[in-house]
This record gives sequence, C-alpha cells and structure tokens, in this order.
Amino acid sequence: MDFSFTEEQSMLRDMVQRFVRENYDLDARRKIVESEEGMSRDHWNTFAELGLLAAPFPEEYDGMGGSQIDTMVIMEELGRGLVVEPYFQTVVLGGGFIREGGSEDQKKALIPGIISGEDIYAVGFAEPQSRFNLFDITTKAEKSGDGYTLNGYKAVVLGGPWANKLIITARTSGGQSDADGISVFIVDKSANGVSTRDYPTIDGLRASEVTLENVAVGADALIGEEGKGGPLLEKVVDQGIAALCAEACGAMKVLNDTTVEYCKTREQFGQPIGKFQVLQHRMVDMFMEYEQSISMTYMVNLKLDESDAERKKAASAAKVQIGKSGKMIGQSAVQLHGGMGMTDELNVGHYFKRLTMIDTLFGNVDHHLRRYTNVDRAAA
Amino acid sequence: MDLAFSPEDEAFRQEVREFIAAEWTDDLAERQKRSKTHHLGKEATIAWQQKLAKKGWMGINWPKEYGGPGFTQVQKYIFDFELNAAGVPLGENMGTIMCAPVIMAFGTDEQKKEHLPKTRAGERWWCQGYSEPGSGSDLASLSLKAEDKGDHYLLNGSKTWTTFAQYADWMFLLARTDNSGKKQEGISFLLLDMKTPGITIDPIYTIDLPAIGHQEVNQCFFEDVKVPKENLVGKENDGWTCAKYLLQFERGNAYAPRLTRVIEHIKEMAKKERSDTGTRLIDDEDFARQIADCERELMAIDFNERRVFAALSTGGAVGANSSMLKLRGTEVGQRLELLATEAVGYYVMPFERDTDASLDGLTNQPPIGPDYAASLAPIYFNHRKTTIYAGSSEVQRNIMSKAILGL
Amino acid sequence: MDIDFSPEDAAFREEVRTFIAENYPQEIRDKQKRGEKLTREEHLAWHKICYKKGWAAPKWPVEHGGTGWTVTQKYIWGEENALAETIPPLPFGMNMLAPVIMAFGSDEQKKSVLPGILSGEVWWCQGYSEPGAGSDLAGLKTRAVRDGDEYVINGAKTWTTLGQYADWMFCLCRTDPDVKKQEGISFILIDMKTPGITVRPIITLEGGHEVNEVFLEDVRVPVSNRVGEENKGWTYAKFLLSHERSGIAGVARSKRAIERLREISRTEVSGGAPLIEDQDFARKISDVEIQLTALEYTELRTLASESSGKGPGPEASLLKIRGTEIGQRITELTIEAVGYYGYPFRNGPMADGSNVFPVGPNYAAGAVPTYLNTRKTSIFGGSNEIQHNIIAKAVLGL
Ligand SMILES: Cc1cc2nc3c(=O)[nH]c(=O)nc-3n(C[C@H](O)[C@H](O)[C@H](O)COP(=O)(O)OP(=O)(O)OC[C@H]3O[C@@H](n4cnc5c(N)ncnc54)[C@H](O)[C@@H]3O)c2cc1C
Ligand SMILES: Cc1cc2nc3c(=O)[nH]c(=O)nc-3n(C[C@H](O)[C@H](O)[C@H](O)COP(=O)(O)OP(=O)(O)OC[C@H]3O[C@@H](n4cnc5c(N)ncnc54)[C@H](O)[C@@H]3O)c2cc1C
Repeated sequence: MDFSFTEEQSMLRDMVQRFVRENYDLDARRKIVESEEGMSRDHWNTFAELGLLAAPFPEEYDGMGGSQIDTMVIMEELGRGLVVEPYFQTVVLGGGFIREGGSEDQKKALIPGIISGEDIYAVGFAEPQSRFNLFDITTKAEKSGDGYTLNGYKAVVLGGPWANKLIITARTSGGQSDADGISVFIVDKSANGVSTRDYPTIDGLRASEVTLENVAVGADALIGEEGKGGPLLEKVVDQGIAALCAEACGAMKVLNDTTVEYCKTREQFGQPIGKFQVLQHRMVDMFMEYEQSISMTYMVNLKLDESDAERKKAASAAKVQIGKSGKMIGQSAVQLHGGMGMTDELNVGHYFKRLTMIDTLFGNVDHHLRRYTNVDRAAA
Repeated sequence: MDLAFSPEDEAFRQEVREFIAAEWTDDLAERQKRSKTHHLGKEATIAWQQKLAKKGWMGINWPKEYGGPGFTQVQKYIFDFELNAAGVPLGENMGTIMCAPVIMAFGTDEQKKEHLPKTRAGERWWCQGYSEPGSGSDLASLSLKAEDKGDHYLLNGSKTWTTFAQYADWMFLLARTDNSGKKQEGISFLLLDMKTPGITIDPIYTIDLPAIGHQEVNQCFFEDVKVPKENLVGKENDGWTCAKYLLQFERGNAYAPRLTRVIEHIKEMAKKERSDTGTRLIDDEDFARQIADCERELMAIDFNERRVFAALSTGGAVGANSSMLKLRGTEVGQRLELLATEAVGYYVMPFERDTDASLDGLTNQPPIGPDYAASLAPIYFNHRKTTIYAGSSEVQRNIMSKAILGL
Repeated sequence: MDIDFSPEDAAFREEVRTFIAENYPQEIRDKQKRGEKLTREEHLAWHKICYKKGWAAPKWPVEHGGTGWTVTQKYIWGEENALAETIPPLPFGMNMLAPVIMAFGSDEQKKSVLPGILSGEVWWCQGYSEPGAGSDLAGLKTRAVRDGDEYVINGAKTWTTLGQYADWMFCLCRTDPDVKKQEGISFILIDMKTPGITVRPIITLEGGHEVNEVFLEDVRVPVSNRVGEENKGWTYAKFLLSHERSGIAGVARSKRAIERLREISRTEVSGGAPLIEDQDFARKISDVEIQLTALEYTELRTLASESSGKGPGPEASLLKIRGTEIGQRITELTIEAVGYYGYPFRNGPMADGSNVFPVGPNYAAGAVPTYLNTRKTSIFGGSNEIQHNIIAKAVLGL
C-alpha cells in the first residue's frame, strides 16, 4: 500500500502547475473563453510540446506510458487552472476509446494524431431522451457494404465545436436501452451528413448538438466489436469519471484556499470575518469535504483496473462524493464571499459553475448512487 | 501509488486471522452480542486482553523496549482492520493508550517497573480522571485539589464522566497543585490506587440505561484521599505538559475498520428484515440507497485514513488531521447507528435493562424480537457520546480551523 | 384555531385570480417563460396595470392609496400573484422607502415621493451597501458634508440592484464621523441625474446585469432631501428593515416553483419513464414540499399574530432563512431535472443577440442561471448567518 507519487509524477505536476501559473490566470482564461473559438490552439500546441497529450499512451505508440495516476495529476492541475482546452475530451475520453477498444491498426493510425496535437476529439454519448443512461441510444448504424451508415442526433457534445474527430455511440442492434447492440464509431466531423449547432456552456466550454444524416463510414471506423460497445463505453466513461474527479478536486482546492484567504482579510464589525466561529466551522467542513474528495479520487484511480464490478462501484462512489462535496464547497465559497461571491469578476463563481456542471456530467449523485446499488446487487 | 500489500503483510494478516479464529471463542462472541452496547463487561474484557497480551499484541503502539510488538504502520493498519472486521475488540485501553506513554516519557524507573508490565499484560485496569463537573472542553480550568502534605498529596474534590471507574484498579488523574499562575501551570499528573480510602464512586446512568453496576460513567468524589509523592509523574505543576505530550503521538484512530463491520451488520439485518412492500429490506430502493451512500462515506473515510497513515510511514505527522479522522469517523458512525435502528422497524422499541441477565443465568426469557435488535437503540443513544468526548466535534473544528486553516 | 378561509375570502381570491388572468400581459409572460431579460418598461408594466385598478399598494394605508384590505386579503393577493408569477412592483420604493417616508418624511416629501412610487413612474434604488460595509452596514463611509442648504456627497455605494434604471436613490450617508458609528448616519434622497453620479455595472456569475456600483463625486443634494432628522438615519434604516421582511418567506413563489419543477419532471425522461416517476427524484420533491409546508404554517402563524396587532418580530429571520434555503433547494432540483441541457449558456459570447436559443427544451435554458443567481438570496437582505445571529440574540437570548 503506497500513496506517494513518483518523482516523474511530481515533475509532471510541477510542469502543469507552471503552465497554469504562467498562462492561465482568470483574465487570460476570460480572453480565451470569450474569443471566437473559445479555446487556445497555442496552448494546445504547448500541451503537445510538453508531452501532456502523450501521457497515457503506451510507449510503442510514441506515448509516455503514463498510468491513470499521471492522468489524475494532470487533471487535478488543469482543474486548478480551470483550463478549458479539451484535454479531457481528447486525451482521456477519445484516447481512452482508442486505447481500450481500438485495433492495432487503429492505435497506430490514430494515437499519433492526438499526441501531435493535430486531432481534437469530442464524444457524443448523450441524446435528448437518454438522460444519464449511456445505453439509451436511438442513433442507428446500419451495415452498408463494408462500412456503416449512421443516422441520429447527439446532445450536448462537449468540445464539439473544437473537434475534428467525433466518437459516436450508435445502435447496430437491440432495443433503445439494451446493453447489447451498441457500437462505437469514430467519425470525421467534416464527413458528409454531419452537421452541428455550436454554443457556449455555462462553465465556459463549448458544445455542439450533432446531427448525423446518412453519414457513411468505413469498417475501420468501428472501435471494438460490433454490438459489444457497451462495456467499452462504460469502462472509458469510468476512466473519465476518475479524471473528472481529479479535475473537481483541483477546483475545490482553489475555492477553499481562496475562501480562507478572503475571510482572513475581509473585515466587518471591526474584525476579519474569519474570526466568526460559524464561518470557521463552515470552512473546516469545506476542508474535510475536499479531503474526502481527494481520498475518493485516489481510490477510484487506483481501482480502475480491478474487476468490472469493483471499478463501477469505485467510479460511482467517487462521483457521488465529488458531486456532494463540489456542491457544498461551491455554495459555501459563494456564501462566505458575500456579494463578491456573486460577481463574474471574481474567480469563485467560475469554479462554482464548473463544479456544478461536473456534477451533471456522466450522471449526478442520484444516478451514481443507483448505479452503485445495482452493481452491488448484481454481484450479490 | 498502489493498493497492494506485500506478501509479508499478507502473511501477517493471516496470522491475525488465525489468532482470532482460535482465541475469540463463542462465549466471548455471545457475551458481546448480548451485551447492551457490545461491551464485554469486566471479566470477559480482562480475559480477552490477557489473550492478546500473551500473543504480544497489547500496547501495540509501545516501543519494543517496553514490550510493544514493533508493528509497522501497515501492520498496525492490518491488525486494526482484521480485528474490527471480525467484530472483535482491541485490547488497547486507557492504560495502554493514555497513561503508559506518559509514564514512559516522564515516569521514574520505579513507576515504569510497577505499572508498565501489568498494564501491558491486562492485569491493571486504568481509568482516566481528567474531566470535572466544571471542566469539560476547557479541561485546564480543573480544580480537584491536591494539597502538598510533605510525603503525600491530599486530594479533595471530584472527577466526573470517569469511564468504568468501578472496575478500575488505578486512576491517572490531573489535579491542581497550584492556583497562583496561569490555569495550565498549576496542574500535576498523579497515579492513584483506587483502593485508597476516601474515594466514593457514584454511578451516572447514561441514556441507554445500563444495568445496575454496569454503568459506563461515574462521578468520583475524593475526601482527604492520600496519594504518596512517588505517584507523581513528571514534575509538580507540570502535569499539563504530560497531558499535552500525548497529543504529539496523536496518530488518530482508524474508524473505517469498525464502521465497515457496522455496515456489514446492517446489510445482514436488511437481508432478514422486510420492507413495507414485503421485499427484503435490502431490496428496498430507499434503504439500499442509504446503505450505498453510507458505503461511499465509508470508502472516503477509509482512503482518507490510509492516506494519513501512509504519510506517517514516510515520516510525516498526522497533526491536526487526527481531528478530521475523529470528526468524520464519529459522525458517519452515528449516521450508521441511526440507520441500523431503522432497519428493524418496531423491534427497536422493546427495552431491557439488563441484557446480560440471561447469559449470567439470571433469566431464561429469550430476547424480544430478533436477537440483533436489542442493542441497536442502546448503541445509537450511547454513541451520541462519541461526538462529545475525546474533544467534541465543535472543539475539533476549532482545532482544525486554527491549526490547518490558520484562522 | 382555524385554517379555512371564509367564503368572502374565497370570493376575493376568485376576483384576484380573474383579474390577473385577464390583465397580465401575454408578451411578458412569454418572455418570462423563456427566461429572457426584461426591459425597464416591462418591469413596470404589471405595476401600472394594478395601479389603474387601484391595487398597486395593498400594504399602504388607504390615505396614501392603499386598498384597505384585511391581512388575509393581502395574503391572498400576494399568494395569487406569486402563483401566477406576476412581476411584483419594485420593492425599493413600494416596500422599503414608502413606509419610511410615511413615518418620518415631511409633508412635502410625502407629496412629492409617494405618488410617483404608487403609480410606478419613479424608479427607486437602494443605496445602502458599500464595498466596506455589507453585513456591517453601520460601518458605511459615504460622506455627506453640509454646505449651506446643500449636502455635498462623496463615496461609493455598491450592489445597487437595478440602479441602471433608477431615477432616484435613497441613500445612507455619514453626516457625523465623530460619534458612534450608528449615530452619525443620515437618510438622504438623491436624484440619479445629479451631476457627479456614475453607475457602473457589476456582472453577476450567471452573466446578468442586475447590480451596480454607484460612485458619488461632489454630488450636491438639497438638505430638504434628507428624511427625518440629521444623524438619525440608522433608526429609519432599522425601521425599514422590519418592513423589508414581510413576504420574505416566498412561500407562494416556492409553491409555484415546485409546480413548475413537477411539470418539467413530467416531461423529462429517466430510464424510459417520466422523471417524476423516478423514486429518488420524486422523493426529493416531496421532501422540499414538506419543508415548504412547515414554512407555510409558520408564516400563517406569524400572520395570525400580526392580524391581532403584533408586529413581525425576530421570527421574520426564521422565515428569511428557511424561505431562501427552500427556494435555493428548488433551483438545485431544477438543474438536476434538466440534465445535460443545463449546459448551454445563453449569455455567452456567441449567443449574444442571436435568436438561436434555446438549445434543448425551453424550460432548460433558465435552470442553471436561476440556480446561480438564487445564491444571492442567502447573502442579501441580511445574510443567513446574520439572521442566525439575530435569532440567537433576540429569540434565544444568547
Ligand atoms: C460516555 C462518556 C465517557 C467519558 N469518559 C471520560 C473519562 O473516562 N475520563 C474523563 O476524564 N472524561 C470522560 N468523559 C468526559 C469528556 O471528556 C467530556 O464530556 C468532554 O470533554 C466535554 O465536556 P463536557 O461534557 O463538560 O461538555 P462542555 O465542555 O460543557 O461542552 C458542551 C457543549 O459546548 C460545546 N463547546 C464547548 N467549548 C466550545 C468551544 N470553545 N467552541 C464551540 N463549542 C464548544 C461542546 O462541543 C459541547 O457541544 C466522558 C464523557 C462521556 C460522554
Ligand atoms: C444580488 C444582490 C443584490 C443586492 N442589492 C442591494 C441593493 O439594492 N442595495 C443595497 O444597499 N445592497 C444590496 N445588496 C447588498 C447586500 O445587502 C450585501 O451583500 C449583504 O449585506 C452582505 O454584505 P457583503 O456582501 O459585504 O458580505 P459580508 O458582509 O462581507 O459577508 C461575507 C460573509 O461573512 C458573513 N458574516 C458577516 N458578518 C458575520 C457575522 N457577524 N457572523 C457570522 N457571519 C458573518 C456573511 O454572512 C457572509 O457569508 C445586494 C447584494 C446582492 C448579492
């Protein structure tokens, strides 16, 4: 049992921290968010140069051979910086599908594009009716010749406007929410029949509604086995949750530190408001929520390779934790800042918004409590 | 980072399991199960402690020179985990945890020789005489008077909340030997033989209402009680240093192992109990969800504790983080114990004053309702104490606010 | 004890309901549904309609244009309006300033100020808070220095709600810096067109422009604009606070919000069935509804004691705390209900001025912004921590 970081991991953390410190204060972020594109291609290239985009890929594909712990370290620091560039969508999710489900040829063909920074991914897993059920899919893929024809609609595809590659879940057989019959495809956004409606999101990202109309793809667009995409989807999403938890921890940490600092300096009634015991205890509770979240984040990242049931329970438990803690910390940070917490000018609101959206992503507290229970039952 | 235990550690785990299988006998288990708050009572506690002592597993935090087992951090974790997972109490007690380290650090050779071996062997039951009616969270304000009478002190005043004073052979206590300076400055740390004349022990019955004579706490009155000077530990008026000294070793307790056992217990009950719709309670959506959420809390506690203890093995200090462990462990514990009461429906209601009576052959009436139900409400009520004693939750938050957040 | 409404009250309720149904402007209702920003005129539209009917100021005494309704009728009026989600008259003039003018203003002030508030012609904003004076309002520093028959005012006010539309501001200023902080404050009315006033927007976290900073630089105000005595402003401000509290629980509005939440969860789907049939979610709605019922009965109890002549006491703090917590909770559940369609951001750089919104169902677009914006309710009007302090002191005697 060991909870320490390797020297390489510590260096990795320092590197991302330095990047954030030098490039990502709130004003810089605001400029990026408000720019035409909403992300910085320069930063993306920097990620490539720093090797961040190569982190979780095996060395044989020119990756750095990093573990989930490396991803955790990176995501935590990106979370602290409230970085909008689609590391999560591209490397963690897009890369995850290819690494976990891709054929040898696909890995050889696709991973280099991620590592070089050329390709940006977005994943279409949600549909308007699906809510958080990954298996509720109406988008259809029909066999045609060697390949498939895709028809359907994907909702709130995060990072969609930036992506050139889309990963799309579609039904090749089975009923609307069957676990079987799901297939995962990689689709060029520029392909005929793909259209998007792009928009900003509450937390400063961009997203797209994606319509697929008779989109023809080759056999090589299928990731994993036809109809067997369900488990792959769940596994990659669980890895995504593990990374997302780390991002959330980074954001919570900033909120806690900022709030404590603020309460030490803000004076009312002739004393720093941090002298009021109710506020002190609230901040202690915020601190404990954060510590629990970090613990659960380590937990899930360490358990991703265990049995499916263990992995699912770990991911759901961690997601519940950060959902609850993120809400408690976000709301408290705003409250303790008083009117200032309500302003767009301060960083507090921005972290709060990101945490609020993270609770929704891949399913909120209720969803994951239920999933946890169901896995437990199935195992019993 | 990884979660795996080394082969040596796994072998140790096996050893612990085997020990439990052999030594945690059915009569101990039955006694524990039937007891109101899962306490073994005096004789069985001593018997169990002596079994552990024989194996060398008492005083598990003691240095080897005093007979400690020299566990590594990971071994301590495993030891703790396995005993709790089996629902078996540790032998550690106020003597081994709170009194012995002070004697080791500040005591004379005679004191060490007199007390340490017996304490480790489970042959000397200690009680803690710190709290007083006027001094709880603000312990340093204590006023039990110890007057200097040349070769002895004369104690007058009272201590309260003294856990199992009625069973104790000895008491370690804080008394006021000087009133002139700052309140922390005139306190001395004394050892007192409970057979000394002038001590009256008055039971305090807690809300779970233990059987007569089995009360958990007491008020102790002292009337001209003589304490020989050789029972002063450390310097006169320096007792606060002794009391505080323990804090340095504060390693925090691991709560996850015990709580894991509690939740397992709830799940076992929920497999037997029925929901309103006639399904097994464990299949009831709401109840299952509550269990799931408690398990999530517990995982967080577990990993939190593992992180903190892992930091210890690499030379870090626990410091004020032990406050967090205590807060989370007790608060989640209370949540679980409440959930347990909900599991049994109406059978949480029957009250039996003396749950040991049938074991002691005093009655042949079977318990009312399922046998696991009787202790649930008593434990729920009794364990409200956990957020009050050993530094209340509010005090722990104060400590963290100051020591961790710098407020 | 009796919780039924009399037949007269029931008839009155019917009348109010019909009036609202027949007269509330549809365009505004549509805009509200889509969560769109209202213009200055739209903010005032319903107020003006009520004014024509003579119902603009039910809480006012009849001599100033009040309706002469019973406490119960006023309650019904408030409830029906809330259920119908009408846009109430701005509180600043109607509920905050007017009672102060009636109690402490000169005849001249009554004549010049009250009619404009009643008719909705004059927009007032509240100039209390300052960067350094929030919860500790008495710590305010904006200086008003006497110069002949004028005050010269210098300082900064902040968080001024809808100050960008305001014609006038009622303002607390320090007129004597050398006495106890509560004792040197005066209550002054300022025409926002006076030279030296700059209004700067503060954008709140959901992207809206609701609050402002107001800078005052050598702003000259006739001494006759002072309400009551010099240096007695704190007394008036405290008087005002006791009036600020009525209706603070927002019970009817929360009821309506729960209803809307139910509507949404009948439309949203979870696991193939309407979300409302989802056990977990349904349970959470029930839970908040039960909390609301407890609050409703608490409010009715205080109402009953008010009818019997006792003013609202410190229990008002309880209504504020629970009312805002419940209101906030409902907004939390609403974002849960809309799922992923809580993500799209309407006020974003790309969406500005375009008509492509909403993405996803109509009701989803406002869910997260409302949640974010509603965080304010536990901060303003005396933060919830301050309300706890008040109860501890005034009710529990601590
Ligand atoms: C079952 C049980 C067994 C015990 N066993 C022993 C024993 O064996 N030996 C022994 O010496 N003592 C023992 N104690 C006593 C225990 O240590 C005290 O109860 C504890 O120190 C609290 O003191 P008090 O009960 O006087 O409460 P008080 O100190 O009076 O506290 C009352 C309340 O005020 C709060 N409070 C106090 N100070 C602050 C502050 N600064 N800020 C915020 N809140 C505050 C507390 O958190 C608590 O909620 C035992 C207690 C119990 C319940
Ligand atoms: C959207 C919005 C609209 C507003 N509109 C107006 C308006 O129109 N006119 C106007 O004058 N003002 C307005 N306000 C200001 C509002 O009244 C203040 O925000 C409020 O008084 C709190 O002050 P503050 O923001 O300076 O926070 P602070 O007073 O700095 O408080 C910060 C934190 O400390 C806590 N705190 C402070 N003192 C204590 C204490 N003694 N004990 C425990 N906790 C304490 C608070 O509860 C809060 O959590 C508005 C505010 C908002 C957010």
